[in-house]
Order: sequence, then structure tokens, then C-alpha cells
Amino acid sequence: MKKILINFAHPTKSRSIINKAMRAAVEGLEGVYVNDLYGRYPDFFIDVKREQQLCESHDVIIFQHPFYWYSTPSIMKEWLDLVLEHGWAYGSKGNALEGKLFFQAITAGGDDSTYQKGGFNRFTIKELTSPFQATARLCSMTWLPPFTVLGIHRGLSAEAVSGHAESYRRTIIALRDDRFDLKKVGKHHYLNSDLNSTIKG
Amino acid sequence: MEHFLLQLFIFLAAAAIAVPLAKKVGLGSVLGYLIAGIIIGPFGLSLIGDIEEVMHFTEFGVVMMLFLVGLELKPSLLWQMRTPILGMGGTQVVVSAVLICGVALFFLPWQQSLAIGLTLALSSTAIVLQTLREKGLMNSPSGRSIFSVLLFQDLAVIPILAVLPLLATLATHDHGHHESVLFDINALPGYLKIMATLGAIFFIFFLGKFVARPMFRAIAATRVREVFVAAALALVVGISLLMAVVGLSPALGTFLAGVVLADNEYRHELESDIEPFKGLLLGIFFISIGASLNFSLIGDKILLIGGLTAGLIILKWVVLYGTGIIFGVAPKERSLFAIALAQGGEFAFVLFQFSKANGVLGPEVIEPLISAVALSMFLAPLLFLAYEKFSLKEQEDEASHPEDHIERSGHKVILAGFGRLGTDLGRFLISAGIKPVILDHDPANVEVLRRFGFEVYYGDTTRLDLLEAAGAAEAELLVITIGDGEKARELVKMVQKHYPHLKIAANTANRSSAYDLMDLGVADIQRETIGSSLALGEKALLLLGMDPYEAYRLKRIFLKNDEEMMPVLYKAHREDEENYISMYQKHNQTLEELMTLDQRLDMEELDKAWTVGNPED
Repeated sequence: MKKILINFAHPTKSRSIINKAMRAAVEGLEGVYVNDLYGRYPDFFIDVKREQQLCESHDVIIFQHPFYWYSTPSIMKEWLDLVLEHGWAYGSKGNALEGKLFFQAITAGGDDSTYQKGGFNRFTIKELTSPFQATARLCSMTWLPPFTVLGIHRGLSAEAVSGHAESYRRTIIALRDDRFDLKKVGKHHYLNSDLNSTIKG
Repeated sequence: MEHFLLQLFIFLAAAAIAVPLAKKVGLGSVLGYLIAGIIIGPFGLSLIGDIEEVMHFTEFGVVMMLFLVGLELKPSLLWQMRTPILGMGGTQVVVSAVLICGVALFFLPWQQSLAIGLTLALSSTAIVLQTLREKGLMNSPSGRSIFSVLLFQDLAVIPILAVLPLLATLATHDHGHHESVLFDINALPGYLKIMATLGAIFFIFFLGKFVARPMFRAIAATRVREVFVAAALALVVGISLLMAVVGLSPALGTFLAGVVLADNEYRHELESDIEPFKGLLLGIFFISIGASLNFSLIGDKILLIGGLTAGLIILKWVVLYGTGIIFGVAPKERSLFAIALAQGGEFAFVLFQFSKANGVLGPEVIEPLISAVALSMFLAPLLFLAYEKFSLKEQEDEASHPEDHIERSGHKVILAGFGRLGTDLGRFLISAGIKPVILDHDPANVEVLRRFGFEVYYGDTTRLDLLEAAGAAEAELLVITIGDGEKARELVKMVQKHYPHLKIAANTANRSSAYDLMDLGVADIQRETIGSSLALGEKALLLLGMDPYEAYRLKRIFLKNDEEMMPVLYKAHREDEENYISMYQKHNQTLEELMTLDQRLDMEELDKAWTVGNPED
């Protein structure tokens, strides 16, 4: 059984229906720890030791956040800047994260059609998240495509919200129990593109 | 009585007129006093009588000065300085004495030459220290070196006094062997003499270490200031007396007492109490030196005395410069070191009198020498000035390379008031590597804090002399954490008047005392409850289940609004006292509105930031 760390960053989480639902769907699951960054560090003063220990004691590291300005909310950048120290996360002696799984769980306003070459946002989600792909590679982690929920600005129906939340829960549980086909998912755009074929059993 | 008052008046008035004038034209106070002395002396207006007696009495100023110098030197620092004191001081005194003696041998028998050599090797502690302090050079590297040499010279006076009688060649007609008031130590056998001397030194240590603190605490608790002054004076006078009895130099004894008391919390209080007496006595001492310049003698023997003076200064300068090279004084500092000490000293007057009394030197030898010494002392401050003019040019060249980084430990901060707030503030500053000088006037408080290793001094912070002693002139920042708003205002006014360079940060108990400080133009004011009340409020919101980041932001938004409203409310308060209350209520209402608005806007803007991304909707 893999242990899963969800670094959760949302500055106004009480008013984000989708993020609340996704978080509620996984929080409390055995082997899963939700680390609420804004909740723990409202003044951005991150406890680097604690964060590194959390990373070390988990096998899967997930960044769950809204897709602000084609990236993360600011505290997540602060987290990256401070926690991923040379000699710990990277560099000749930095191997603390080696072999761990990494992916993002993103919620974004625009729908899939906007994240295309000819679309409103010009780039695909995969292209826009490439810094994280590079970060994962530098830290010798296995990168997985992002778990993506799009089109939330139009407002998702209650069913859609619970559907996404349930998919998230299925994904997390499958990863935890080693039932996720990591090879197959590498070919997909999103981690949740086709859960029925990527989750075994 | 009238005669005494008249003399006193003449001295004081001369000082009051001459010193400000001298300072105005950049000559420094010592020259001012000396010139005043010349003017009122027998060759000027002939206003004063018995100069020698005045000089004798006011020599006590030197004793007080050494006590003050001692207060600034912790024993550990003195121990660090042992090499310069013994090495530089020893070299300077021995080499100067030998060379001067060598020159004198051309004219005089060896006994007299040696006496002259020893006497002239000494420099003027009074003039040099006063000048160094005035120029703020006491703590510079060269200042330290200079002080080390002076200290050794003060020590050297004791053996010189012992040796001089052995050099007697002339018949003495009854001697001015000083008769002790209490008892004559010379009546004791040798070993008892040594015992008594050691006993006296031990007594000073005992006094400083164990008696002084409880005694001063008890006196401070009475809160009658004169009693403290009286006790401080009694301490200095008493120690001088004790030293005189056992045949040691009073200056040395009080210096020792000063060093022992240097890490005492009443140090600054002692300093500021003794300081005016020292200043006055020393001033009059300088005046009497000026007055003692015998111009008719100088006029008669202008070549001889001029030659002696020039010879003395040049010879001492060369020896000092060489000493500086040997002991690694930096090249830039060397010339100051040498110039500062290249004069005869007030001890020369004492030692020449002593030599005369003991039949070592005759008056025909002594008189030109005394004139030369006095003249060299008169020239000393002028040489300082010349050095400054000269070195200023060099410094200007260096000024083009400004230092780009400021040494943090060099920041000087005075913390006025060390109550509940000051304690945490002090701890915080110390943790940041900034060691504040802390002033507080609660003896019990001071006592406790000292035990925890804080540098805390007892005293009323609104006293100018105490601020001065705490280093306000060189300090960069004053942090006021006095609870009493009236006192704080008084302090701010005084600091703005006397130390306009000093930055001020102040704590106030409430809004209205904050306004009072805003009246005085203080910009950095912290109301003491706002920080903790909002921190507590944030905790309350968390306990009620609010999201931590929202609670944190609400706190910040509240604080920001509050800070922005401060000048508005201040203006309203000052311009229209009656409307202030309603204004204050309105402020609360506004704040409520602002906060709801902020909450809605700030929070939801964040929330919606990405949902407005699709313009086609």
C-alpha cells in the first residue's frame, strides 16, 4: 500500500465548491494525508523541516490546486522554493524524492477547447504544466499527467461535481492500492481521461 | 568667604566665556580653559591669587576622570589590554626617560638627569583624555593605544616617587614631607607597609564587588537624587583618601574602583553624577595651568625654554612613533598616537615640586623645565588640531569609496523602559544580534534583568546626563517603551532638542498618547495593545472554525484600515475635539463596512479570478 500526500493549496477554499468536494472525497482515507498549505501557513512562513519529513514519509505527492495564471496559487511556489532544497531534493546528494510518484490535481475555469493550440488559451494543459514535469524529473520523481477538472467557471452541476469528486477518490484509492496502470496513463492527456481502462480490477 | 566667592566667580566666569568662544573657533575646550587661565593669570589681568593651591586642589579632577575612565573599562577589557599597557607604556616611558636623561647628561650630573628624564617621560592624562573624549576618539584603536600608555604612566608615578629621594644630591632645608592627617604609613615597618597597601587594594575590590550594589540599590530606592550624588562623591573621595594614606596614587585607586564597578548596573548613574564635578575641577585645573605660565621667565629665556619645549615634543614624538611601529599600531593611526602623547604632563609639576623638596633638583633647573612642560601642554591641543587638519585631507580621499555594508553589531540602540513590553522587545533585538543599552528606573527590575545577562542600567531615562552616559550622542536609535505617556513626551522633546540625529520608535498605551507623540512629529508609533488584541482575535476566529488563511487576512485588512485611519482620526481629533467621539464611532462603522467589502471583494476576487477567463460568456 502506498502512502499518499496531498499538498492542497486554495486561498478561498470555503467558497470553492469543486475543491471542497474533491478534498472531502479523499480526506480521511486510510494512507492519505491532506496537507492544507494556506491553512497551515497563512503568513507564508513554511516549516521546511516538517514539509520535507512529510514528503519523505509518503510515496505519492499530489499538488491539488486551482489553475491560477496557468500555474499554482502563490503559496505553492513558496513551497517549491523553500522545501525542495539542494542536497535534499536534487543535486548529487539530493535523492529524498527519488522514485516517488508526482502529479497535479488541477481545477480550471476554461473548458478543454480553450486549452488547445488554436483555442483561447493557446497552449494545452500538458504544455502549461511542463515546469512541473521538469521539476519532477530534476528530483527523480515519476511524473504523471495532471488530474484535471475543467470548465468550472460556468458552474458545474451538482452531479458533475460529485462525479469529479468520485473520480478523484477512485484515482487516489487505486494509486494507494497499486491498481493504477502507470504505463497506460502516460499516453493520456489527463490522469482522469479514461479511468475505466487505467484502473485495474 | 567673600574672597573665596570672588575667586570662584572669576574662575567660573572665565571658563564660561572662554570655552564657548574657543569651541566656536574650533579650538576645543582644553585650549579654551588654558587661554582663560592666561588671561586671568598674573601675566594677563592678574585677577587670581594663589594658583598653586588651586592647581593642587583641582588635581582632584584628574582623579575623578580616571574613575570615569575606569567605569568604561570592564575588567575583561583591561585584561585584553595588558600587552599594550605594559608593552607600549613600558617602552615609551623607559625609552623616553633614558633619552631625555642622556640629553640632560651634557649639562647636569647623572642623578639630576635621571630625575628629569623620569619626570618628563610622562604625558598629560588630563589634556589628552579630555581631548580624545571631545573628539570621540576614546574607542578608536589609536585612542585605546594612547590610553594604554597613559595608564602605564599613572602606574609608573608610584615607583618614580619612590626612586626620586634616592637621587638627592642637594642639601634640603626642611622638607615638605607631606604630613598625613590620619596616620603616617612610613612609621610602619616595611612588611606592614606592604600589607597595608595590599589590604587597601583588596578593600577596593571587596567594596566594588559586594558592598556597592546593595548600597546603591538601597540609596536608589529612596529616590532622592542628591543622596546618590553624595554617595558617589563619598566613594571617590574616600578611595582617594585611602590611597593617599597607604602611599598609592589616588588616581590609580579610583581608576581601579571604576574598573571594579564597570559592570555594575548603577554605572551610568555614577557616571552622570560624577561627570559635572570632574568637568568643573578639570576645567579649573586647566585654567590654573594657563595661569601658571611664567611669561617673564619665558621672555627672559626664550631660546632656552623654546628649545626645551621643542626638544621635548620632538624627542617624545620620535619615541612614540617608534613604539607605534614596534607594537603594530596601524600606519594611519601612528601619527595621532605619537602627537597625542608628545607633551609633558601635570605629574611633572608634582614630581618637580617633590624633587625640589627632596633636594634632587634646584629651582634654577626646575623653573625653565616647568615652563617648558606647561608650554608643551598648551601646544598639545594645537597639535591635535594640526593633525586633524592634516588627516582630514587624507580622509577626503578615502571618502570616494563608501562602505557598502553596515556592521550590524555596530548599531547602537538605546531602549528606554524595560517593563513587560521592553522585555520581549529586548530579547528580540538581542536575538537579531543587536545589543541595546537598556535604561530603567525600577531598581528591583534592573536587578532581576541583570541576573539574566541583559545590559540594563538604573536611572531616570528623562535625564539628559543619563542619556548622554548611555551613549545617546553616538546611538542610532532610541526605542521608547515607557508606559507613562507624559514621561515619554518629555523624553522625545529632550532627544529632539539635544540629539536630533537619533531615530525614535515609540510605544504608547492608547490612542490619545499616540496622538500626543504625533504632535511631536514621531512617525513610528506602536499602540501596545493592537498587536496582541488582533493576534488573540485571530485565534478566536480559528477556534470558531474560520479558515486560517481567511482569519489571517481579516486581521491584516483590519490592521491596514486601522493604520490608514490613524492620521485621519488624529487630524479630526486635533482640529475638532468635540466631533472626535462621533468621528471615532463613524470610524468603527466605516471599518465594518470596509471589512465586509474587503471580505467580499478580496476573497471572491481570488475565487473568481479564473472563472472570468472565458470572455465569450
